[in-house]
Amino acid sequence: MQDLFQQLLIKQRGSEVIKTNKKEIREIITLEDVSISYGNFKAVKNVFCNFKKGKITSLIGPSGCGKSTVLRSLNRMNDLISNCSLKGTVTFDGVNIYDKRVDPVEVRRRIGMVFQQPNPFPKSIYENIAFGARINGYKGDMAELVESSLRKAALWDECKDKLQDSGYSLSGGQQQRLCIARTIAIQPEIILMDEPCSALDPISTLKIEETMHQLKKDFTIIIVTHNMQQALRVSDMTAFFNAIKDEDASGGKVGYLAEYGTTNKIFNSPKQKITEEYISGKFG
Amino acid sequence: MNSLFYKNKSKRGITDKFLTGLSSICAVIAILPLILVVSYILFKGGTQLNLDLFLLEPNPAGYADPGGINPALVGTLIITSIATLIAIPVGVGGGIYLAEYSKGGAFSRFIRFGVNVLSGVPSIIAGVFIYALIVSTRIIFGSTYSGLAGGIALSILMLPSVIKTTDEGLKLVPNELRQASLGVGASMYTTILMITLPAAFRSIATGVILGIARAAGETAPLIFTALFSYYYVAGFDDLFYEMGSLSVLIYNFALEPYDAQNKLAWAASFILVLSILSVNIFARLVSAITNKTKRI
Repeated sequence: MQDLFQQLLIKQRGSEVIKTNKKEIREIITLEDVSISYGNFKAVKNVFCNFKKGKITSLIGPSGCGKSTVLRSLNRMNDLISNCSLKGTVTFDGVNIYDKRVDPVEVRRRIGMVFQQPNPFPKSIYENIAFGARINGYKGDMAELVESSLRKAALWDECKDKLQDSGYSLSGGQQQRLCIARTIAIQPEIILMDEPCSALDPISTLKIEETMHQLKKDFTIIIVTHNMQQALRVSDMTAFFNAIKDEDASGGKVGYLAEYGTTNKIFNSPKQKITEEYISGKFG
Repeated sequence: MNSLFYKNKSKRGITDKFLTGLSSICAVIAILPLILVVSYILFKGGTQLNLDLFLLEPNPAGYADPGGINPALVGTLIITSIATLIAIPVGVGGGIYLAEYSKGGAFSRFIRFGVNVLSGVPSIIAGVFIYALIVSTRIIFGSTYSGLAGGIALSILMLPSVIKTTDEGLKLVPNELRQASLGVGASMYTTILMITLPAAFRSIATGVILGIARAAGETAPLIFTALFSYYYVAGFDDLFYEMGSLSVLIYNFALEPYDAQNKLAWAASFILVLSILSVNIFARLVSAITNKTKRI
């Protein structure tokens, strides 16, 4: 009897272990009590969040709620803004990326970024992709990498005959997909996208969304979007950020993470009233 | 009801016409000195041109045959090259620091202010400074007046324009481009070298060329540093001795009472003006050509 009980216990513990292991694998980047300020102005406060591996997570919320700020903090792009400071920890690969010993260049090599405005380099299409790979020490067949990256970004068919043309000769939507291809080429683990479709027409937007579905197989994607339909279409998880009056005297608004869960849940049965109001378009 | 047509007799109409006319006249007066100076020099100097002018040393005063201005021509080339070699690395480096690395703190504001002051320093001061620092102390292998000292003096005059154009050219490069490069994991150094500097090449090149054009025509700093020489530049050693230059040749010979030497001064003026003019045009060409290819 006791033996049986013991065995059962071991079994249970074992499954627990497996469970926690699984959990560890699935969380790729973790925010713990993150607050970000620009000088004296607090942009976001007390964000706790786990981003899941292999999923698309969208960050939504009204303007000025700090979702872009949070996104940019994930690969230390905020370092470029001189008075920006971060409290709390952002854990990636078991390391707090804001540790003094961490080199932001290495962080950005493993967490790539696509920006709001398409920003190809003033170089040829081929060079646009080869540049990042080369500086990251890629030794393989460059032509092959360029082709596979462009294929993954669904741009190959449109530009395979003009790889030596300037990146600026492409249309806005194509430029944005070139920027995605460029990011893919450095083989990051996470791709951050800061409103990648806000400057694009609906058809280009659709193409980029299709691209994102393809990319999901190989990469974790975190995307900031103003378009709730887009969040619904592309993402598995959704984080809703909101801004409230800051109780610390300064009087400005401060962003916070209001609700985080599967996209399905956030859009269909949100726990918070404010989320429901935002989703249904009552404000924002 | 007022009619919609112009009323030429009205006070407003007359004032308008008067002021338009006045500003046009001022514009013509402003461009007049340039046209007169250039055409007078072209006329007076152009008639002196011949092959000997480019090949011979100037003859001593008193000869009927003036000789040539070869030493001054070569000297100007050498001195300007020395100045360029010093001013470009220091200036471009300083500009990169200001535009890319500094965070707008007190130090960078001090440098920007200093550069502005330096660009307003009279050129003769730069000459006297180098005279005190290098010529009178014989610090460079015991030489006193030398082409090298002249080049250093001119580099001081070139420096502000190179720093400023680099700084401003880099600041014009859109920030998105920098973020793009850093976003694919490039270091600051790679970003500057491979992305921002090439994107700003056009304005930097223009600034450098205009700086060269300005330095090449300076007289005052050279009087104190390179002095003048009648003799050919024969070898490397001559860098450490007095060296002639077109501007100092003009200064020296234009005041001589001899006709032959005055002719040389006119010819030198002609060559100097023409070369500075063509360098300026070259700067425009560079910016036009790179503008076309810039986006590749």
